[in-house]
Amino acid sequence: MTLAFLNLSWPVFANGLEFGGIYALMAVGIGLVFGVLRLVNFAYGQLIMAGGFALAYGSQWNLPNWLSILFSFGVVLVLSVAMDRLVFRPLRTHSPAVMLVATFAVAFVLQNIAQLAFGTFGKSAGALASLDAPWDFGGVEIKKIAVIAVATAAVCLVLLQLLLTRTSLGLHMRAASMDFRTAQLLGVRANRVILGAVVISALFAAISAVFLSVEVIQVTSTFGLSDTIFVLAGVVLGGLNRPIPATLGGFSIGFASGILGGTLPANQSQYLPTFLFAAVIVVLLVRPNGLFTRAGGGVVERV
Amino acid sequence: MSTLRRLPELLVPALLVLGTTLLGLSVSSYLQAYFLDTLIKVAIVVALYVFIGNSGVLSFGHVSFVALGAWTAGVLTVPADQKGAIMPGLAHFLLHTNVGNVASLAVAAAVGAVAAFAVGLPLMRLSGLAAGIATFAVLEITNNLLTYDQSIGPGENAFSSVPQTTGMWQAAIGALLCVAVAFVYRSSRFGRMLRATREDPAAAAATGISIYRQRLLAFVISGGLAGFAGGMYVHLLPLQAAGLHLDLTFITLAMLIVGGSGSLLGAVAGALAVSGLYSFFSAATNGVDVLGWNLTVPQGTAEIVLGVLMAFVLIVRPAGLTGGRELSLPRRDVRVEAEP
Repeated sequence: MTLAFLNLSWPVFANGLEFGGIYALMAVGIGLVFGVLRLVNFAYGQLIMAGGFALAYGSQWNLPNWLSILFSFGVVLVLSVAMDRLVFRPLRTHSPAVMLVATFAVAFVLQNIAQLAFGTFGKSAGALASLDAPWDFGGVEIKKIAVIAVATAAVCLVLLQLLLTRTSLGLHMRAASMDFRTAQLLGVRANRVILGAVVISALFAAISAVFLSVEVIQVTSTFGLSDTIFVLAGVVLGGLNRPIPATLGGFSIGFASGILGGTLPANQSQYLPTFLFAAVIVVLLVRPNGLFTRAGGGVVERV
Repeated sequence: MSTLRRLPELLVPALLVLGTTLLGLSVSSYLQAYFLDTLIKVAIVVALYVFIGNSGVLSFGHVSFVALGAWTAGVLTVPADQKGAIMPGLAHFLLHTNVGNVASLAVAAAVGAVAAFAVGLPLMRLSGLAAGIATFAVLEITNNLLTYDQSIGPGENAFSSVPQTTGMWQAAIGALLCVAVAFVYRSSRFGRMLRATREDPAAAAATGISIYRQRLLAFVISGGLAGFAGGMYVHLLPLQAAGLHLDLTFITLAMLIVGGSGSLLGAVAGALAVSGLYSFFSAATNGVDVLGWNLTVPQGTAEIVLGVLMAFVLIVRPAGLTGGRELSLPRRDVRVEAEP
C-alpha cells in the first residue's frame, strides 16, 4: 500500500513525520532561548550529544529504561543551566553576533571534551533499540519509534502552547521575547524567564536525544550535530522569534529530509544541505528584519 | 608626518611574521611543520581581518574561500599524469590544465575573490546575526559541494600528490604579502570609509558612503587573500574537505577574536599567540619537556584550551588582547571599539 500520488510508501512517510517531530522539538528549544536571550545556540547539538552519552551510560550500567531516560534528562538540564550561568549570562548585554561566536566556542569545547573522554568511536546506547522494530497497522508496518516520536512531539508542543498562553510564566516569556526591556520595566523577572526558557529548551533537547538514540545507536562526539545544523536552518526559515513558525520550520526540514533521504538516490540526496542552506540565504535576504530583529533593529536597512 | 607615524602599523606585524619565520628556520624539521602551519594561519586570519575587522560584520564563511583556493591550486598543480588516478571524476578541461606554483596561487586568489564577489553581491546587505547565519550557510554549501562534487576535485578524499612547494620562505612571503595588502587596504580611503561605517553606520551613510559597496570591496579583497592562503595551504598538506570546515573556521575566528579583531596587529598577534598555544598542546599529545617536566596531554586538549580561552576573552575582554589597537608612534591614538 502506498501513497500513490506522492509515490511514497507509508514507512517513508512515517520516517518523515518522525524526523519532522524530532526536529520540531529541537526547533522550539532553539527558538525559545532565542526569544528571550537573542541567542542562537550553536551548542544545542552538544546538549543533545550529552543526553545521548547519558543514555549510553544508562545502558552500560543496565539501568531500567525509565531511569536512564531520567538520568539523561538530568544531565542535559544541568549542562544547559551551567552553560547559561557560565557563558551566556556574562555575555547577555553583548551583541547577538558576539553571543553567536561564544556559543560556537562552547560547542567546540563540549564536542572536544566528549571526543577526549569517550574516544572517536563513542559509546553504544542500545537500551531503546527495540523501538526500532515495526508495529503492524493492518498490513502496513510502521516503526514504533516513529509513532512514539510523533505522538510525544505533538503532546509536548501542545503542553508548551498551554504553558505559553495560560500561565504567568508563559505570559512573561512571551512578553520578554517581544521586548525584553519593556517587559522588565513592567515587572517581569529576567532571570526567572531566562531560566524557564533554558530549562524547557533543555527538556526538548533531552527528548530529542532519546529519540535520536534509537535511530543512531552509536553515540559519538558528533551525535546530533548535523541534525542541529539542519534545525538551525529550519528555524531561520520558519522564523526564530515565534514558537509556531519555528516549529513549522523545524518540522518541514525534518519531514523533507526524512522523505527525500528515503526516496532520492544517494547521488542526489547528498546535495540536500546545499538546497537547504541556499533557501536559508534567500529567506534572510528577502525578510532579514522580519526574521531576526525586532522592529527598528536593522540599523543598516533603516538608514 | 602621519605616514611615518603609521609605519609601525605595518612594520610590527611584518616583523612578528619575520621573527616567526627565522625561529622556524632554526628548529628541527619536525617542529618546523608547526611554524609552517602558523604562517598559513596568519595569512587566513589576516584575510578574515580585512573584512571582519574593518566592517565589524561577522563572517563564518571565509573558510569557503580558503577551501576554494585550496581546490583551485591543488587541481592545477597535481602532476598531469597522476590526475586521472587521483581524481577520476575530474572535469575534462581541468584534467589537462596544469600551471606552476606561483601561477596556481594567483589563480587561487582570483577564484577566492570572484567567489567572494558572487557571494557578497547579495549577502553584503546583511549585518549582525543575519550575516553570521548567512555566511555560515555559505560555508555549509561550499563544504557540501566540495565534498561530493568529484568533477572539481578529489571529493571526500585527501588532496594527495600535490607538490609540496610551500616551504618556510614561501609561507613567510605569502603571509607578508597578506599583511601588506591588509595594511594598504586599511590605510586607503576605502578602508577608512568602511571603518567609518563600522563605528556609526548612520553618520557614515549621511556623509555619502555606500555601506554596501564598501563592505563588498572588503569582502572581495578578503576573499582573494583567503583563496591565496588556501592555495598555500594545499601546497603544504594533503588537505581534504572535512578539514576545511567547522574546525578551521572556529580556530581562525578564535585567533582573530583573541588577538583583537579591530586591528591588523591584533590579527597577526592573535594568530601567532593562539597558534603557539595550540601547537604546544598538539605537540604535548606526544609528550613535551617543560622545564624538566615531561608533559603529556590527551588528544583534543588543544581544542578545549582554545575554546575556553576564546569564551574567556569574549567575556572579559571582547575587543581582544590588543583591544583593537595598532602599535603606532605616540600622538595618534587610533583606539577603536570593534564588534568582533
